[in-house]
Amino acid sequence: MDISLKNVEYRYQVDTPFERLAIKDVSIDIPAGTFLAIIGHTGSGKSTVLQHLNALLKPTGGEVVLGDKVITADKKQKNLKEVRQRVGIVFQFPEHQLFEETVEKDICFGPMNFGVSEKEAKIRAREAIAHVGLSEEILEKSPFDLSGGQMRRVAIAGVLAMNPDVIVLDEPTAGLDPRGRKEIMDMFSDLHKQRKLSTILVTHSMEDASRYADKIVIMHSGQVYRTGTPLEIFSNPEELIKMGLDVPEVVKFQQKLERAFQRKFSKTCLTIEEITEEISSFLKRGDVQ
Amino acid sequence: MKKSLVQLNDISFKYDLDGDYALRNVSFDIYEGEWLAIVGHNGSGKSTMAKLLNGLNFPQEGSITVGELKLSEETVWDIRERIGMVFQNPDNQFVGTTVQDDVAFGLENHGIPREEMVERVYKALESVKMDQFLDQEPHHLSGGQKQRVAIAGVLALRPDIIVLDEATSMLDPRGREEVLETVRVLKKNHEMTVISITHDLEEAAKADRIIVMNKGQVYKQGTPEEIFQLDEELVALGLDIPFPVKMSKMLKSLDLPVSKYHLSEEELVAELWTSHSKM
Amino acid sequence: MMEKMIFGRYVPADSVIHKMDPRSKLIIIFLFVCIVFIANNAITYGALVVYTFLMLGLSKVPMRFVFGGLKLVFILILFTFLLHIFLTKEGPVIFELGWFKVYEEGLRQGIFISLRFFLLILMTSILTLTTTPIAITDGLETLLGPLKKVKFPVHELALMMSIALRFIPTLMQETDKIMKAQTARGVDFTSGPVKDRVKAVIPLLIPLFVSSFKRAEELATAMEARGYRGGEGRTRYRQLSWGLTDTMMILLLAALTVLLIVFRT
Repeated sequence: MDISLKNVEYRYQVDTPFERLAIKDVSIDIPAGTFLAIIGHTGSGKSTVLQHLNALLKPTGGEVVLGDKVITADKKQKNLKEVRQRVGIVFQFPEHQLFEETVEKDICFGPMNFGVSEKEAKIRAREAIAHVGLSEEILEKSPFDLSGGQMRRVAIAGVLAMNPDVIVLDEPTAGLDPRGRKEIMDMFSDLHKQRKLSTILVTHSMEDASRYADKIVIMHSGQVYRTGTPLEIFSNPEELIKMGLDVPEVVKFQQKLERAFQRKFSKTCLTIEEITEEISSFLKRGDVQ
Repeated sequence: MKKSLVQLNDISFKYDLDGDYALRNVSFDIYEGEWLAIVGHNGSGKSTMAKLLNGLNFPQEGSITVGELKLSEETVWDIRERIGMVFQNPDNQFVGTTVQDDVAFGLENHGIPREEMVERVYKALESVKMDQFLDQEPHHLSGGQKQRVAIAGVLALRPDIIVLDEATSMLDPRGREEVLETVRVLKKNHEMTVISITHDLEEAAKADRIIVMNKGQVYKQGTPEEIFQLDEELVALGLDIPFPVKMSKMLKSLDLPVSKYHLSEEELVAELWTSHSKM
Repeated sequence: MMEKMIFGRYVPADSVIHKMDPRSKLIIIFLFVCIVFIANNAITYGALVVYTFLMLGLSKVPMRFVFGGLKLVFILILFTFLLHIFLTKEGPVIFELGWFKVYEEGLRQGIFISLRFFLLILMTSILTLTTTPIAITDGLETLLGPLKKVKFPVHELALMMSIALRFIPTLMQETDKIMKAQTARGVDFTSGPVKDRVKAVIPLLIPLFVSSFKRAEELATAMEARGYRGGEGRTRYRQLSWGLTDTMMILLLAALTVLLIVFRT
């Protein structure tokens, strides 16, 4: 499913003294199958953008196109269920949304809300639980008896079981330890590759953005500051640093090297392998121009 | 020279008497003025340890001594005055309705006279750079700001030790840096001992000493240099390796002139540069 | 919707009333509630109205804001008024339309009782508009202080109130977040038959309970770690200061009381 935001504007609490402009003039194209990362500070408007992706918020200006549905300020939208089924959102700390007696029931909750039969939902629950790397025995347990990491996975399984075409992730690894972080991100990356699932990752982690995304959008004070491939975005690290944003470790390291050697490398490296190669060829040649 | 401030002596602890050990035969010392990082994956027992230090739980076996005090039901309140804690969730430790009320909460508990409180509250907030927000309500603060207020609350009680129990894990990178920088400055100015319980290895790399926990036991303790020589062993424990160490390792494997696993990028860059200029 | 409610909402401003000690404000409200019932004729009610509007004026809270926020209350007052018009059948008839008759006593009662209701609401609104909830809590704690002698848990009650106040915005944010998460999972909170909507509350309430319990537990741990062990031996940071204005205001109210007693019939 293609998603596109056209000059979207959103104001909170319109017509009250507390009215506040959250985002304006936001245009983003997300063709089916993209892995997009949205980065920016807390308060840059990225979570407001996220909530437009499955019509949790209705824009106060511009339009949001979700597949064949067009959502605008003045049009009353009925039947958003279809959209919500097709765009699954994994919110930050998704384990906070668990509520059923058993893991299985909780995973089936989403699909059954969208009209899937109980039998089918249970099959999907089994698939989803395997996908997130948990064993089937866990299905019978109460979600509240699980460890934090397991709860996170169950909540993610609950979204996957809805069989969405697009999955939106809001800081999916917040609070996890390094292994948990890597496992969860690798899982989403595999899903993206195998099922051609469009994936939209909202994150603070430049490492994840540069490693997994095909395209990056930088949000700044409620607007799209820049759009591009990781290479394009990180080729100009000074600019990002000036905005108070981080850059990936590799990019930072390259910057430091370039400064020390007073010489530009031939390209911007995004992986540790790339930069090792650059350094190696450079040192072995031993030439300074 | 290095004076031992806290001694943990063969501690074992279970949350549930029929359950598994959360901590088993743990012994180590905490030295005056050091920054000690306790690392381990989630569930390795590192947060349990923090709670024992402060008498929020009591070990079933072994003993904990803080200064000259042995931790027990009788001494626990005195010990809590000497060991301040900052917890993980910024919201769930903010008791007061405003910033200054929250910082005053601990002082009120310890029966500090009001005139002194006013001064201490202000000074504490000044040292975490939150003195412009005296009357701000918590829901108008960022996570990093709330954690700085929590630090001020600890600081106002003038403890010897501050324990950060995953205090930065729920923050965004900016908030994290804000909080760590605050603690670094405080440690320097107040000669405090800092115990940071974390799984952020970049942060641990900057500590004076690291204790690696695994399955409720001390897996290894040493300086960051010593610990990061463990390399893949750390990854197997569910931890990570800081970037400069990874980079050094990659370069070394290609026989490039890297003498050791560096803990800072600056060091590594410097070594590469020196070897290059000799060529 | 919530934004337009003024009941219980604090509006910061620099006014005499804002600067008053919450204790004197609480005492005044308490006395006011009593003396409103003394009034029984035009003069006495007139005096009450003048007094109330004087207070409102001194509070510097914009009128438009106060009355805009009390719309719901006005409907209630109107209802009370009509009730009296319809039900009281005493005194001469002053208006007649078919079977519908308005008696003088009905009109009088209707006006006075609605007015009484209106003044009470207005005065309590002035209190909450000019006093932070925490100041009200502090005031109550001090005023109820003597009850500690009979083992009434005044301190605990005040602490509970202040923590509740502190966490209201946090819980509102949390509710909003969980609602959105469940909406994304296909729950419809805003339309559909009543039965479905009641059912939709479960996926909202359970996570809210679970997280509140977790919060409470963590908060208790944090409080303990910070040395909290009950009200005993605790000092107070927030200070209440009784000023000349407070005494004057109490005297003013006393004068009004005397006036009401003298002029009532």
